[in-house]
Amino acid sequence: MSRNKFTERRLFFYFLFVGTTLLLLITLFGIQILNDSYKVSAENNVIKAITIYPERGYIYDREGVLLVTNQRAYDLMVTPRQIKQLDTIALCKIIDIDLEGFNKSLKRAKHYSTRKASLLLKEISKQTAAQLQERLYEFPGFYLQERTIRQYPERSAAHILGYVSQVPDYILKKDDYYKRNDNYGISGVESSYEKDLRGVRGTQYLIRDVWNRPKGSFEDGKYDSLAINGKDIELSIDIQLQKYAEDLMRNKKGSIVAIEPATGEILTLVSSPNYDPNLLIGRSRSINFNRMYKDLDKPLFDRSLLAEYPPGSTFKLVNALIALQEGVIYDGTRFSCDEGWRFSAKLKIGCHAHKSPLNLIESIEQSCNAYYCNTFRRIVEKYPTASKGYENWREHVLSFGLGDFLNNDLYNGRKGRVPTVDFYNKQYGKGSWKAPTVISLSIGQDALVVSPIQMANMCAAIANRGHYYTPHIVREIDAVPLNDSTYNIPKYTSIDKKYFNTVINGMERVFTGKHGTAKTARVKGIEICGKTGTAENSHGEDHSIFIAFAPKENPQIAIAVYVENGGWGSTWAAPIASLMIEKYLTGQISNSKQEAFILNGNLMNTEDAK
Amino acid sequence: MRNNKSVFANIDWTLVFIYMLMLFFGWLNIYAANYDEGAVNLITMNAEPGKQLFWIATSFIWIFLILLLDGKFYTTFSYLIYIFMLLLLIGVLIIGKEIGGAKSWYDLGSFSMQPSEFAKIGVLLALSKYLSQLNINLTNIDTQIKAFALILLPIILIMLQPDAGSAIVFASLFLVLYREGISGVYLVILALVISLFILTLKFETQIAMIITTLVATVFGYLIKKGKNSIKPAIFSLVIALGFIQSVEYLYNEILRPHHRSRIDLILGKIDDIHGAGYNLHQSKIAIGSGGFSGKGFLDGTQTKFNFVPEQSTDFIFCTIGEEWGFIGSVITIGLFLALLLRLIVLAERQRSTFSRVYGYGLATILFCHFFINIAMTIGIMPVIGIPLPFFSYGGSSLWGFSILLFIFIKLDAYRMDILR
Ligand SMILES: [Zn+2]
Repeated sequence: MSRNKFTERRLFFYFLFVGTTLLLLITLFGIQILNDSYKVSAENNVIKAITIYPERGYIYDREGVLLVTNQRAYDLMVTPRQIKQLDTIALCKIIDIDLEGFNKSLKRAKHYSTRKASLLLKEISKQTAAQLQERLYEFPGFYLQERTIRQYPERSAAHILGYVSQVPDYILKKDDYYKRNDNYGISGVESSYEKDLRGVRGTQYLIRDVWNRPKGSFEDGKYDSLAINGKDIELSIDIQLQKYAEDLMRNKKGSIVAIEPATGEILTLVSSPNYDPNLLIGRSRSINFNRMYKDLDKPLFDRSLLAEYPPGSTFKLVNALIALQEGVIYDGTRFSCDEGWRFSAKLKIGCHAHKSPLNLIESIEQSCNAYYCNTFRRIVEKYPTASKGYENWREHVLSFGLGDFLNNDLYNGRKGRVPTVDFYNKQYGKGSWKAPTVISLSIGQDALVVSPIQMANMCAAIANRGHYYTPHIVREIDAVPLNDSTYNIPKYTSIDKKYFNTVINGMERVFTGKHGTAKTARVKGIEICGKTGTAENSHGEDHSIFIAFAPKENPQIAIAVYVENGGWGSTWAAPIASLMIEKYLTGQISNSKQEAFILNGNLMNTEDAK
Repeated sequence: MRNNKSVFANIDWTLVFIYMLMLFFGWLNIYAANYDEGAVNLITMNAEPGKQLFWIATSFIWIFLILLLDGKFYTTFSYLIYIFMLLLLIGVLIIGKEIGGAKSWYDLGSFSMQPSEFAKIGVLLALSKYLSQLNINLTNIDTQIKAFALILLPIILIMLQPDAGSAIVFASLFLVLYREGISGVYLVILALVISLFILTLKFETQIAMIITTLVATVFGYLIKKGKNSIKPAIFSLVIALGFIQSVEYLYNEILRPHHRSRIDLILGKIDDIHGAGYNLHQSKIAIGSGGFSGKGFLDGTQTKFNFVPEQSTDFIFCTIGEEWGFIGSVITIGLFLALLLRLIVLAERQRSTFSRVYGYGLATILFCHFFINIAMTIGIMPVIGIPLPFFSYGGSSLWGFSILLFIFIKLDAYRMDILR
């Protein structure tokens, strides 16, 4: 209280605050109202940021054939609120579109935002763009944006490559890198390697006056950033083989997957029916996309990665290996077959007529169902309870890469299903199912499903005598080989190497044996090992399945072929696999009659899908 | 006695209203400074407008806590808070992150914290506590030294970072001592030192000496107080001339080159629109081109792209000037003037010396920031990097100023309960 005698000193503070405030206001009055030179400076000094789009990386096949390239295109952009005295007719004349369409697009742009730039006309030709560029100053609010669009010179491998489109909204919200109208890989390699392919956007700051006339670069480009082009990618695909596979699958539904067993590199990945990837670029993309989306044969659906089929008899190989490993059979074990296996009056599995009993090699050669029913029972019943024995069997199956995602560099995938104990407990009740209840598993049926790529990988694991490398599609990025432990460390199955020989000998006999199920698909001079399969299809003709690898020693290719509604495995899938193997290993085809038969075969129940 | 109605009882809504308006207008301009056509979403934790919203929301939590605490808390723990803040200032010299040659920030992972923004709270509380003691007499040299020391200690620590801007802000607290009774002579000496400093730098040393001598002679002749005052008058002149002689040395040896060039620029000694003058030139173009009513929200062309890294912090006034024009300038400056005058009015109505000193200190600190910040963007002060309170982007400054202001609002609401 005593010092309140200094109360009058508050006036000093009033004077200080009011005085300095006046000083600021007077100075600002001078700068903002009296002095016009700043306005002129600003008008001649509008800084405009121009986005420089990087060139997206090229994509090559394993032989260096260019699969995906870029072409230049120009988009006409508009910022509606910057439009001044627009001569619509003159502009429409230059860009050659009708007035009505132009006004519609402009309305849409205004609706999106009057302040932000939006796309008015996509992909203008080079000549038009050059003409327009010269007269652009007459049309304030409009500018040309250079960008690149994809091109697919080989017109093949659409599912593998995927496509590029404008970045979708949900990505814009999630990832700060992207800006509206950026390119973005939507599916396939374009999607899974988006970060490598896209490059880094650059920005150039230009000085313009308010009439949008360029006045040079800003601060000598001090703040500019160069665009960094995307990285080139070399795929493991052999495009010649890929195209050949696509030809073989023409007018058939299904899939072909070929893998190099020694590396896990995917050589071919076909889903049929497919389409020309060039359909999904540019202005006509949405029309083509919608048409294919509605197509009943689902050309957009990638069967090689997404379809889940029962493996059928090809799965007998896995059961034989598990039984050998568990010691419940040996090479000479024989089981008799009386046109099938009977457990009770109700429960039986049929088989075709053949001599009986058969040993292990013969059972593979002739694909005897009864042999595997007995084998499967022995595997499961080795343990005191069915669920214990089943769980043990299941662990072996999983070690072949079935029943789970492969975790590779492909854009899509499915787990498939190797049913769990719980699955059967739910279906039959705990403790009330035994090996015979699920006996169809012995021949690759029941609730077991795998995708074609899993089936090809399973074949590669057999070809390698007990291990596989996770199948992958990319070999090199910017000429640097992919060095990823996911792909270059082998994954071992639970089966010892020594047990593979007998099974592989049986697979060879499938071609060479007197009763071999694929003896008509034999190729002279190549030791192919394979196994037929047929998956029951309640909706129509059974599905034809074949897996194979070759040569027998030091295998170069492992393949899985799945032809929907193809009937017996030996009818369609086996010859297709043989043709593929011969083409890949020798570059030619010896049995042109068979080739012609396959190429001309038509299994489509709908109209020719083109 | 105790008023237990609610945490919002008796608070001064005028101050709260001004505070809210400033936050809102400030945020709009931070948004505008970050806006460009390609930007998709600015309200995320990866963009300044989104982060500032987070700082605003967290400031409200601080405010609630401050109002919740008993008013006694601030008087009781003043010295403790002061010591804690000093420790933070020492700590930053040791483990601080070096940005632009200064160790002013703690690196806390995704965020940084600037302790000098919080040290203001400690100094202000400690000064209020010290001056509110019974029998304090500011004409006493011993008391003066202790009060000076309270303010000088953090200034020295901040100069070591070095951060000249914050140091000047702390130095402004000496004005509070004037209100509390220190002799006006100090004020006159301070004004003279600043004038001589500018005079010497503006002209050559010799010319400055001649001008000073001439002015002193004419002044002395006009006053003609008699022979008794001649000796001290001549003594003062000699000291002044000595000061002028040493200014050049001080200037060249103590200030860093970038400070020197900014001062030279203001004094018109250099005219370089690409080097040191670049920021100032650009900011004047931006503000000047706003004209009377501005270019409109988000329609600025000069303050986009964040070329000046401090576009949304120290140079936020450029965006205001460009997009809202002279009207925006008047509104912003008017809000500050209203805030400052209201603070003085409220400070004078306090019954306790503690609250009064705190109120004056708060007003002085805010004034210093406000004046220096705007003055530097329009070229009447050198470019000293300090934020515009409640407008500039940044968590440390927003938290710091919000806490400072609302401690006073709490003290004011509590004024009936305390006698001292
Ligand atoms: Zn049989």
